[in-house]
Amino acid sequence: ESANGGASGGPHTGTTIVAVAYDGGVVLGADSRVSTGTYVSNRASNKITSLCDNVYLCRSGSAADTEAISDYVRFYTSQHISETQQEPIVKSVASILYQMSYNNKGLMAAMIVAGYDAKEGGQVFGSPIGGTLVRMPWAIEGSGSTYIWSFFDDEYKEGMSQGETEQLVLKGIAHAMARDGSSGGIIRLVTVSKDGVSRKVFQGKEIPLVLGDMAEPQTNAATVVW
Amino acid sequence: MSGIGTGYDLSVSTFSPDGRVFQSEYAQKAVDSSGTVLGMCCKDGVLLAAEKLEISKLLEENSNRRTFPIDKHAGAVVAGVSADGRAIVDRAQGEASNYKSMYGDAIPGSVLADRVASYVHVFNLYWYVRPFGVCTMLASYDHNGPQLFMIDPAGTSHKYYGVAVGKGRQGAKNELSKLKLADMTVKEAMFAAAKIMHQVHDGEKGFELELAIVSDETGRLFKRVGKAELQEVEAAAKAAIEAEDLDMSD
Repeated sequence: ESANGGASGGPHTGTTIVAVAYDGGVVLGADSRVSTGTYVSNRASNKITSLCDNVYLCRSGSAADTEAISDYVRFYTSQHISETQQEPIVKSVASILYQMSYNNKGLMAAMIVAGYDAKEGGQVFGSPIGGTLVRMPWAIEGSGSTYIWSFFDDEYKEGMSQGETEQLVLKGIAHAMARDGSSGGIIRLVTVSKDGVSRKVFQGKEIPLVLGDMAEPQTNAATVVW
Repeated sequence: MSGIGTGYDLSVSTFSPDGRVFQSEYAQKAVDSSGTVLGMCCKDGVLLAAEKLEISKLLEENSNRRTFPIDKHAGAVVAGVSADGRAIVDRAQGEASNYKSMYGDAIPGSVLADRVASYVHVFNLYWYVRPFGVCTMLASYDHNGPQLFMIDPAGTSHKYYGVAVGKGRQGAKNELSKLKLADMTVKEAMFAAAKIMHQVHDGEKGFELELAIVSDETGRLFKRVGKAELQEVEAAAKAAIEAEDLDMSD
């Protein structure tokens, strides 16, 4: 969450991060703003990092803390893969993350683990500050998430297709970015399924327009929408 | 027998000139003279069996436990020095529990076998300890299917369809090789195991058969076969042996 007033404690990912599971995979989404106080130190950061081929992590909170955690988890996961000689199940990777998070309570990291394995399909695990680990059909974190709880409560449905899930995540993050000063920039989506991983970037016109109670923009020479 | 490894067999940290570690081989001898122990991996589960030789007529039934659960989905049977066996089972239970804490899931059979093998092997490296005089058979049933592993006193681990160690291993291995284990169910295997055990048992003193299984029928939980079912299986096995004897004496 953003620092008090000026730059204190280093860069924070103000952030909106989302992950939603569907039948056959998961869609992870995030904004790209990193702020140090009111200064946007990175307007195109990547908050979705890979822990292994089939499991990805959305990071929010202290950028330093979450990057360090994800490095450790990637390392332990790779050792785990060596030992089992198999693709890990999402639960195991989430469990490794939970150990780090729960046993280091000074860390400021609110994260979402999401991935696909053949055993349970697409899975989302929320890992809020403090180190809770809980499996959910969808999870949101970060300062921007506060504005979209009701949106997801209403719009999420079981049995969505991959395309519908991607649209849902995109729309949700767009809403959060419209209201949260600490979230913005571009929207990154990562889809993990049995067919592998696909990464997409949405910027400018590709981000759903959130007008709220504003009037439809009239396009003439004097009006520039983007 | 004495004189074979003279000079090079006093410590497990010594090789002989022909590249053998005699202490590890002697540990295997401890297994070879124990009661027969069998493992069978079938299409729907795994079975472990132990021939518990009667050590005393005053022994309470079932008290000389030879099969042990390692976790809900896995179990072990030990052959050889039973005190050593208990130590290994303890370790295996610890590894399974630790794996579940770290990775949130039941330990895969191959990982458990590797960890037990590593542990057993360590005792073959240092002069200040002796190797375990135990062959450990590990049965497990998880999303990788039913699996059977055996770890010998040197710390070598192999995956098996069927395996036998102990006094009656020659006869048992012979009989096992005649079976098509991959096509059999655990229920059929129980009968086969009981039959083999009674056939290879070496005479004068009696023995108690202990069977443990993990299969689809048990809901993939490792369980010891109960008294009633055991008696049924043994009775059928003995009857089959008698019938064969009658045939042969024609």
